[in-house]
Amino acid sequence: MEDLQTSALREEEFSKKIDLKLWKRLLRYALRYRWLFVGVIFLMLVVAFVDILYPQLTRYAIDNIVAEGEAGLRKLLPFGLVYLGFVLFQGAGVVSFILFCGKLEVKIAYDIRQDAFKKLQQLSFSYYDKTAVGYIMARMVGDIPRLSEMIAWSLTDIFWSSGYIIGCIIFLLAMNWKLGLVILTVLPPLAVISVYFQRRILRQHRIVRKQNSRITSAFNEGIMGAVTTKTLVREEKNFEEFKAEAGTMKKASIRAAVLSAMFTPIVMTLGSIATAIALYAGGRTVIAPTIFGTTMTIGVLSSFISYSTNLFDPMQQLAGIFAELQSAQASAERVISLLDTPCDITDSDEVIEKYGDCFDPKRENWEEIEGGVEFRDVSFSYKEGEKVLDHFDLTVRPGEKIALVGETGAGKSTIVNLVCRFYEPTGGAILIDGIDYRERSQLWLQDRLGYVLQSPHLFSGSIRDNIRYGRKDATDEEVVRAAQMVHADSFIESLEKGYDTEVGEGGARLSTGQKQLISFARVILADPRIFVLDEATSSIDTETEALIQNAIGTVLQNRTSFIVAHRLSTIRSCDRILVIRGGKITESGTHRELLKLRGYYYDLYTTQFTENSTRDVLN
Amino acid sequence: MEKKTEKVKLTKEEKIKKKQRAASIRKLIGEFSRGTVHHFVTGMIAILTANLSAYCIPLITSFTIDYVLLDYAEAGYQGGMVVAPWIEKLVEGFGGKAFLVDHLYLMGIALILMTGINAFSVYLRRSEVARGSELLAYNMRTRLYDHLANVPYDYHKHISSGDIIQRCTSDVDTIRRFVQNQLLEIVRTVTMVIIAAFIMLRMNAMLSLYSVMMMPLLAVAAYIYCKNVKKDFTASDEAEGVLSAAIQENAAGMRVVRAFGQQRSELDSFTAKNKDYTQKNLRLNRLMAMFWGISDTFGYIQIGISLVVGIVFTIRGRISVGEMLVFSSYTSMLVWPVRQLGRILADLEKAGVSLGRLNEILEVPVEAEPGKALRPEIRGAVEIRGVGFGYEDGQDVLKDISFTARPGETVAILGSTGSGKSSLVQLLQRLYTVREGEILIDGININDIERHHLRKNIGIVLQEPFLYSRTIMENIRIVDPEAPEAEVYDAASVASVHDVITSFEKGYDTVVGEKGITLSGGQKQRVAIARMLMQKAPIIILDDSMSAVDTETDAAIRDALQARREGTTTFIISHRITTLCRADKILVLENGRLVQEGTHSELARADGLYKRIADIQNLLEDELNSGDDSTDSGNGNGKEAI
Repeated sequence: MEDLQTSALREEEFSKKIDLKLWKRLLRYALRYRWLFVGVIFLMLVVAFVDILYPQLTRYAIDNIVAEGEAGLRKLLPFGLVYLGFVLFQGAGVVSFILFCGKLEVKIAYDIRQDAFKKLQQLSFSYYDKTAVGYIMARMVGDIPRLSEMIAWSLTDIFWSSGYIIGCIIFLLAMNWKLGLVILTVLPPLAVISVYFQRRILRQHRIVRKQNSRITSAFNEGIMGAVTTKTLVREEKNFEEFKAEAGTMKKASIRAAVLSAMFTPIVMTLGSIATAIALYAGGRTVIAPTIFGTTMTIGVLSSFISYSTNLFDPMQQLAGIFAELQSAQASAERVISLLDTPCDITDSDEVIEKYGDCFDPKRENWEEIEGGVEFRDVSFSYKEGEKVLDHFDLTVRPGEKIALVGETGAGKSTIVNLVCRFYEPTGGAILIDGIDYRERSQLWLQDRLGYVLQSPHLFSGSIRDNIRYGRKDATDEEVVRAAQMVHADSFIESLEKGYDTEVGEGGARLSTGQKQLISFARVILADPRIFVLDEATSSIDTETEALIQNAIGTVLQNRTSFIVAHRLSTIRSCDRILVIRGGKITESGTHRELLKLRGYYYDLYTTQFTENSTRDVLN
Repeated sequence: MEKKTEKVKLTKEEKIKKKQRAASIRKLIGEFSRGTVHHFVTGMIAILTANLSAYCIPLITSFTIDYVLLDYAEAGYQGGMVVAPWIEKLVEGFGGKAFLVDHLYLMGIALILMTGINAFSVYLRRSEVARGSELLAYNMRTRLYDHLANVPYDYHKHISSGDIIQRCTSDVDTIRRFVQNQLLEIVRTVTMVIIAAFIMLRMNAMLSLYSVMMMPLLAVAAYIYCKNVKKDFTASDEAEGVLSAAIQENAAGMRVVRAFGQQRSELDSFTAKNKDYTQKNLRLNRLMAMFWGISDTFGYIQIGISLVVGIVFTIRGRISVGEMLVFSSYTSMLVWPVRQLGRILADLEKAGVSLGRLNEILEVPVEAEPGKALRPEIRGAVEIRGVGFGYEDGQDVLKDISFTARPGETVAILGSTGSGKSSLVQLLQRLYTVREGEILIDGININDIERHHLRKNIGIVLQEPFLYSRTIMENIRIVDPEAPEAEVYDAASVASVHDVITSFEKGYDTVVGEKGITLSGGQKQRVAIARMLMQKAPIIILDDSMSAVDTETDAAIRDALQARREGTTTFIISHRITTLCRADKILVLENGRLVQEGTHSELARADGLYKRIADIQNLLEDELNSGDDSTDSGNGNGKEAI
């Protein structure tokens, strides 16, 4: 949650100008509901009109009913009914305006979210490698609701505010154009002051939010690092530092509050000048002819006063909307940039024509995969100029099991990422069963691919749901059979709810070993031709090690396998071990052959062996 | 009969508990609001003047119309305003109505002045209330932070940090917002109603009744609505949570999604959640629309009643035109705050719940000094005498442990997971208190040594050390921010991390944990060792703190330590034989008991855990010679190797 806030804030800068192109692009979402959108605007104008008529009602009551004394009483019933009609109309207006705006907001949010989510399913891994999840969340959870609210409520509110202001101006001028003009001179300075204040207030609020996220991280650190703080006897110094942060927060918040506290009173006072002018000049005209006319009724005077008072509310509102619009611009930019991010890896039109896209695959046209993989003169770099692989060649027979060992950053993970087509070679080609994989769709390959991560990722839901993720149409029996094949059933059944046990977010309620087993069962169910395992470096207890060892044997059977290996037992069970250093294969052969070389593999093996055995003894 | 009394007792106990809780919350409120009272009092005075002046503004207009202008109106209005005698006298003093007719601008100036007073009061109220409530928030935050730093270690081990952070941020904010925006709003509304009632009653009692007749209904309806709509808000919030979790999981598990080609099913399940959230929001929106629409209608009807009845009263001559205008503007001034009142009362509960949640944290007792709180100079002799220890849930962790370490000695501790080695060293720091036996440092029971003094003199590095999100330089010299940089470089060199740090783009100014920069586990451990060295403590503890460092670096660090820390008593928890074998004394723990004690040469000969670890090198040699690829390990007796 905090990441989300800070990352949203980091980019949030005040754009000087309102970028119309951006908003036009977003307005297209509103225009999908053209009638609703137009209806809302119409309604806003109608409600504004009715709001304007209220002082006219009072004026009528004073001039035409009260002034006539007893005779006026006859007009009271129709007047009351008209008033009631107004009120009911107004009520209906408010109900439908909220209904429509709310509906518009919710629909726009739904559509943008839907489009963005679709986009996320298509973006390549280069995007995910560069983009933190918090960053994506900030767009999806922070920006989209903000924008849809903005479009549905604020943009439409412009019509109410300006409608009301225009209506007031019209009535003022119509009743007495000279006095009206005098009163309206207050408007320009008011507009300037409003815009100035609203912008400053928003800016100050941003400072407050930034400071607020600092406070949250301070609490986070205070709690996560509590023991360290105790052992270092930092309590007092940390507290002093925290007090400084909290003090800054207090000051910034007070400054923001004082700014907003000043704004309305200033507008009020300015407004009272207009009212005073109306009272004085109008009053003089009631008494005797002035330059504003020969006479004026009390009713007109009172509605003049009402209008000049009421004018300032929508002015404030308009200023607020424009300031908000400016500050929401950054949100708009972020959302649009997500929607418009180009995919690094795309299927060509011909390929999509034949194989379908990732949402609607045409499985009937798919060829079977045997599992032969060939790297032909492959070069690859993540960043321009930093080659991870340089003219790399490797041929793997269908069903062969390859272990990749080497230091972090040597290029092992790159090789498996390329096999999976999570990345594409920048030079050369990768052939599956003798054909460049770019001639088929991504889904064609990935659908037959088994991929188990370093730290296996499970989705929240039951164990059964997670295993079934490998093949959504699998029956319960098939799920159980898959679990049995990787020896996961015994631990699953020992759980109180068995296969219906909830795994928690990311599988947090299970141990790493258990997660690993479930991810194997998931792969078994998917029955892939090519299997990729990126093994964890972190130590696992002996029991789990044994369990996983048994399971891997089953998973590897009859499948072309690439394993980024750390566990000795896994490495030894492979047909061929490749030592990767600096993007090149430096040693290649079976376990025994490599031991004889007394090279990198030999060293790796001996240290690994010691660590493993010690762990065995201690557990 | 018996059952009944039991029940009574229980409720009595509950009552007492409730009372205690209420008392502690009252105490908490008192504590939090320290220093804020004068802001709130000023705020309330400002509310009063704001209300009074707000009521005067329409009075000025009505006075002008009734008293000054009505005589000149063409139409024949009934009656005129009855003004207070002192105003009449005042006006007479200036020269009567004629004076005002000639100097009508005075009324305009009065209007501006009155609005000015009102505006200033509004400003004063808002800024003072903001000052008060921000100070309140400051008090809450600092109190919580301080408290959390001083509760025992055990508390931190058992809490969910997410929940506590939530309380320290969201709940604090809920209370602050309530105080800032709503609490004084209650005062404002109530005084507004009282003042309005006073003025209106003086004008006309009957019309006053008509003007407020629907308001209580409005407030009650708003209260009931706001309470009931809460569950719909919760439902929408929950649906949003589900949706966010779905996005989060999808993004985090994107590789899995792709690897199984599940984009379609992901999209379908997301669409379902998106629809559900949309539906719940639409429902909420419908409820809101009904509420605002209906309450607006009733509000306007109230204003209408006031207007229509006012008209009748005016025509009948019971009130003046000016008074009629006063009534209708007062009514529209009152209607909306009264509706708001219902909502505020519904929110009051939320603030109460938040306060209770904070109270739960602050009720936890902080660490205490059980003994004499001495601050002796520490040389480093440690004696453990028959120490037993267990956590609160009853399980025994350590039983009857006794050993001694002379100043400058190195004691290595070996044990399997859960054998109690970490607990043992944590007892030394008094992160926990011993249950049986005693721990003496230089002959003084550590319970008698002031805990901060004790901890300053014992440096500890944990297996998964915590680094603060500051620069590496600041982290290393965190116990002594004034220490010269040369000293930091020296400590970092001893911990074999100086070269690593200088290889970073920003070197020692690299901020730990900032985007993209993550130190590996081994690097963190080494930085923590350097940090500990800056403490210059006579006793140091390395709690498996080189587990993520490779064996060679491990050895280099130990050599450097040895050369530097002459005279330091050292405790090392490790399972690396190369580390263990060089200690002056090796302790082997199993299930909380000390089962073996001795030097390398003694323990390597005796059967036990230590010997089995020491024999692993032989196993490796066997394995390399066996030529068998498929078995995990051979057993038997080999020669010394490597």
